[in-house]
Amino acid sequence: MLRGPSGCGKSTLLSAIAGVIDVPKSSVQVAGVDVGGLSGSARDRFRVDHLGIIFQVFNLLPWLSVIDNVVLPCRFSERRRENTGGDPVDTAARLLGDLGLMDPRMLKGPASALSIGQQQRVAAARALIGAPEIILADEPTSALDEDAKDAFVDLLLRECEGAGSSLLFVSHDRSLEKQFDRTEELGNLNRGAA
Amino acid sequence: MLNLCKKSLLNRRFVAGLTILSIALSVALILGVERLRTEARAGFANSVSGVDLIVAARGNDVQILMATVFGVGSTGTGIRWESLEMLEDMPEIEWTVPLMMGDTHRGYPVIGTSAAYFERFRHSGGQTLSFEKGSVSGSPEDAVVGADVAQAFGYEPGTEIVNAHGAGQVSFYVHDESPFIVRGVLAPTGTAVDRMVFVPLEGFDALHENAAQKVTDPFSRAETSGDREERAEPDRHAGHGHHGHAPDTINAIYAGLKSKPSVLSVQRKLANYREDALTAVLPNVALLQLWSITGTAETALRLMSGAVALAGVIGMVVMLSAALDARRREFAILRSVGATPGNIFVLIISEAVMLLLAGILLGYIVLSVVTVAVDPILAAKFGLRIGLGLPTLREALLIAMIFCSGLIAGAVPAFRVYRMTLADGLSMRL
Repeated sequence: MLRGPSGCGKSTLLSAIAGVIDVPKSSVQVAGVDVGGLSGSARDRFRVDHLGIIFQVFNLLPWLSVIDNVVLPCRFSERRRENTGGDPVDTAARLLGDLGLMDPRMLKGPASALSIGQQQRVAAARALIGAPEIILADEPTSALDEDAKDAFVDLLLRECEGAGSSLLFVSHDRSLEKQFDRTEELGNLNRGAA
Repeated sequence: MLNLCKKSLLNRRFVAGLTILSIALSVALILGVERLRTEARAGFANSVSGVDLIVAARGNDVQILMATVFGVGSTGTGIRWESLEMLEDMPEIEWTVPLMMGDTHRGYPVIGTSAAYFERFRHSGGQTLSFEKGSVSGSPEDAVVGADVAQAFGYEPGTEIVNAHGAGQVSFYVHDESPFIVRGVLAPTGTAVDRMVFVPLEGFDALHENAAQKVTDPFSRAETSGDREERAEPDRHAGHGHHGHAPDTINAIYAGLKSKPSVLSVQRKLANYREDALTAVLPNVALLQLWSITGTAETALRLMSGAVALAGVIGMVVMLSAALDARRREFAILRSVGATPGNIFVLIISEAVMLLLAGILLGYIVLSVVTVAVDPILAAKFGLRIGLGLPTLREALLIAMIFCSGLIAGAVPAFRVYRMTLADGLSMRL
């Protein structure tokens, strides 16, 4: 878990890891790859192949069904599709089931019909599908209430373990600390580097 | 990708529907104008073929063509019967058909002519006239009616009809003292012939003859009928003046040549003929002149339909562009799941392509439905027949032009999105 006050550069760090912003060569290494040294399109490929991303809110395309939202990364990444073992839709349904979204009618319905908590779980399923090495979660719990927060983090951690992915969880919420293996303060990291 | 953009468009189905509708309307308009134009031209060009020269009193080529072939307007003064005989005697001339005009039957032009008309007249690229019912006979009281006339008034062989003097639906002078009996009904040709009534020269003559006599001398009836019989003989020379319809004058002559290349020399000879002031019109040349007159109006129509198409395409660009800001989050999500800026560019272009294709398809359907609906009206009022059919090469070209301009215009918002997603990255700007 990465913690820090607002404006200290958490999201910028995530962007650097995700390869969205330009960073100097050899300054960022993710899963053994020098992200800074990759070209724009290679970074796009790298991102979808190796990273799953969960945003704060509004993670889903409202005009796609829940299932379609989850299998989106498999549309763009060969590797993620292969990791699902052939059928992304089955895998998506299993992941959603694990996250407590079972109703087949809901899964076929539009994503916009879900509550915020459900949407965040769908976003988690999308990040997890095809077992990427790293899950980046940018304050995914900030829109959830206290109980839902804990339950969501629990689920997320369990699923990451199941998929063999590491989770980088960014939050300013100290109450979640206890659930993570390791917590870093971005301010401390910066001082350490300096 | 296609699936994605289909769903994205469905999500905005109302605006997308409106956009498709506006493109459809512009496509229908552009193709409609084009079709009307080509059909009108084809209709005019089909109206006369096989006639090498139209000889009439000195006048404007287009006016002569309109009056003789289409029954619109008049040829001015008549030409003398001797001119017809002179023409027949020319070695280059194979056949002649005399024409008399000036009367109407319930708004339809009446043509006085000889039986040779039905043998010599050709339309729609060389087809002869054929009779649907009855045939032509030699009697001066017999009439032949075109398909539209027969249909409009339910004429059958045996029906008695009365002609009016002068043009127009309402006439102050009706030749009800000399009725004709319909003997033949022509098969539809799709040309002006469908809207004409044909009577023998002798009958046309007699009609005005009677009228003139009646006014001047009510007691000379018996004499007149004798007169008429005399005039039916080959050497006709009796004369009673009556505005250009005097027995020894006719309005125009259709002529056929033995060999086509002699047409210009015959035309020159007729222009220099001293006994009568004649003009020999080459129908195709006169048609070209007609096109140059109608060309301006056509150009204006085409410009207008082009402007409507432009408005349709701009409407599409507006729709795509207006949605871009609202969709920034959507693009960020797509980027986070691995879509490259190129993918998103393609997404917007595909949306433009789908809108265009749907618009073009709908436009074609609208045009076809409208065509089927108005075809009978156009055919009855103007003799234009716009059939259904696959797009011609020209139409396909127009469609391709609309499509390509739409594609180019669609690249503008797509390129904006491309730059925007590059700059935005994954950040969720709202």
